[in-house]
Amino acid sequence: MLSIKNLQASIEDKEILKGINLEIKAGEVHAIMGPNGSGKSTLSAVLAGREEYEVTGGSVDFDNKDLLDLNPEDRAREGVFLAFQYPIEIPGVSNINFLKTAINETRDYHGKDSITAKDFLALVKEKSALVELDAKLASRSVNEGFSGGEKKRNEIFQMAMLEPKLAILDETDSGLDIDALRIVANGVNTLKSKDNATVVITHYQRLLDYIVPDFVHVLYNGKIVKTGGKELALELEEKGYDWIKEEVDAAS
Amino acid sequence: MTTTELTKKDMLLDSLNELDFSNEPQFSQDLRTNAKKALENLEFPTSKTEYWKYTRIGKIINKTYGIQHEVSDSNIDISSYLIPELDANIVVLVNGFFRTDLSQIETGKGLEISSLKNAITKEDAFIKDHLGEIAKAEKELFIALNTLCFTDGVYIDLNKNAVIEKPIHIINITNSNNLISNTRTIVKAHDNSSVKIIESFVNLQGEESFTNNVSELFLNPNSNVEYNKIQNKEGESYQISTEQIYQRKDSNFTINTITLQGTLVRNNLNIEVHGEGCETNLNGIYLGKEKNHTDNHTVVDHLKPNCNSNEVYKGILDDNSVGVFNGKVFVRPDAQKTNAFQQNNNILLTDNAVINSKPELEIYADDVKCSHGSTTGQLDEEAIFYLQARGVSKRSAINMMITAFVKDALDNVSIPTLKDYIDIKIEKILGN
Repeated sequence: MLSIKNLQASIEDKEILKGINLEIKAGEVHAIMGPNGSGKSTLSAVLAGREEYEVTGGSVDFDNKDLLDLNPEDRAREGVFLAFQYPIEIPGVSNINFLKTAINETRDYHGKDSITAKDFLALVKEKSALVELDAKLASRSVNEGFSGGEKKRNEIFQMAMLEPKLAILDETDSGLDIDALRIVANGVNTLKSKDNATVVITHYQRLLDYIVPDFVHVLYNGKIVKTGGKELALELEEKGYDWIKEEVDAAS
Repeated sequence: MTTTELTKKDMLLDSLNELDFSNEPQFSQDLRTNAKKALENLEFPTSKTEYWKYTRIGKIINKTYGIQHEVSDSNIDISSYLIPELDANIVVLVNGFFRTDLSQIETGKGLEISSLKNAITKEDAFIKDHLGEIAKAEKELFIALNTLCFTDGVYIDLNKNAVIEKPIHIINITNSNNLISNTRTIVKAHDNSSVKIIESFVNLQGEESFTNNVSELFLNPNSNVEYNKIQNKEGESYQISTEQIYQRKDSNFTINTITLQGTLVRNNLNIEVHGEGCETNLNGIYLGKEKNHTDNHTVVDHLKPNCNSNEVYKGILDDNSVGVFNGKVFVRPDAQKTNAFQQNNNILLTDNAVINSKPELEIYADDVKCSHGSTTGQLDEEAIFYLQARGVSKRSAINMMITAFVKDALDNVSIPTLKDYIDIKIEKILGN
């Protein structure tokens, strides 16, 4: 589904990603872990199409399309979803109305008719229940006045509404208490299918107790330096990142 | 300096000399004579005139204009100027003249709508007593100019207790190039009456034309007037617009000034609150494109206690456009327990767009709640990206943000179809 080859990216002439290689197939869950400043959030930003980052080399293929060639909205319409680490508050823009526009512009992109008001409302009802998001919150301004947990649940609600092929969760666990974490993880797990894939970017192993990954990758200094199964996450939790840094630094 | 300015003024007055008002009754001729005298003492504003500091009127006065002398019967298709799905009384003015043939007016129930010219000819008692009473020629050059040579206008006459459900839509059209037109609107809202008015200023061709209009609105006790002004002149066009409002006790006045287009637009809004228990709402939206210049000068003068005024003006300035906002609130010594709020927010869409914003409060009473504020910023790029990341196009994302930005300035537009119309126009004009 997603094939990243030798991806290099920089911001303000500072090289952050120094050759990322990653293959993700439908039905898989990948975790990307790593110490602060290793490039985790940059990777998600580049995949989502943030303009501040300049791709200086490599390629990203998404279902036989050059992802880097698409503008952010078309990436979303092709099925890439980024759950933001810090969801933005947008006063005055209704959560529901903007999602309706997003769904209809996506349907239009794929040559389909707009969703009916009735179907849309049924969808809102079903998906907000999934993440236990109060219907009132769903219809308020985007994230305005939401608590940290509500913002993250709103991200998963939006993901549920848009049904992406590839979901990238950027530090979705940060700032969540254990109940909110369980609700968010439950939402992600329910949406999982053999046709879609999930990338979980996290600093902590905790989330991976709830969203169990098939693969764990360690990102350090702009490269994936180690890949393993879910047991690698436990090892990192126990031993920290220093041993990996030492391994890498010794090899170079 | 003085000599050249005099020449310009004389040239303008010279072209207007062709207008013949000798058939009008004495009271009206006196009014015009006084205006002529007032004009002798008034000069075109320069950069040294504080009231006009940020607005140069060279574009308007360095031109020669033609005038229309009498009402014409040319057929004009007004359908594109109507508000979709709005059932309204339609009043059409073309090039400064009331067009009965193009208007669709249903009066009765205490409402009369007539040509101001006719009301003058008939020596209507109210007009005779009140025309020019609050829009005083000696105060401002453009009021004097209008008083001297307004050709026609609209007189809206509400009887006691007349509650008019159907809005009145005045369509003020210019359809000739290089034309100057002066129109005047008079609204008499008698005790306990209520009315909603829309006045839209548009042009059909009308390149390089200048509209100088004056409105006088008289609100009697417990009356309720909503006045929506839509300025939407395409192409090169100039407008100076003055509204004078007189509020008596327990009256409720709302004005929404929506400037969608216009090369040079100056709005002078002056509200005198002469009674207790009044509500005053003055909101505005102005869009700037290309090199357009939009200037809103507002004054709310609180003379009596226990009144509220609320002012929200929002500007969206694109390209090389310039916006000016000067909002003044006076709270006079008698006006205790006044609540006066004023806010001006601006979004600059480019680095070349400019806003000059000056909110002012002058308070002479000690038991009042007043606040004012002004902000200028850009659209939140992070928010636009967030919306795009969900599959919303950049254009739609920007439109959503702008609709959200102007929303509270439209809160007092009580006609839903008009609100939709404004939203759609904003989207369309900024999308171009």
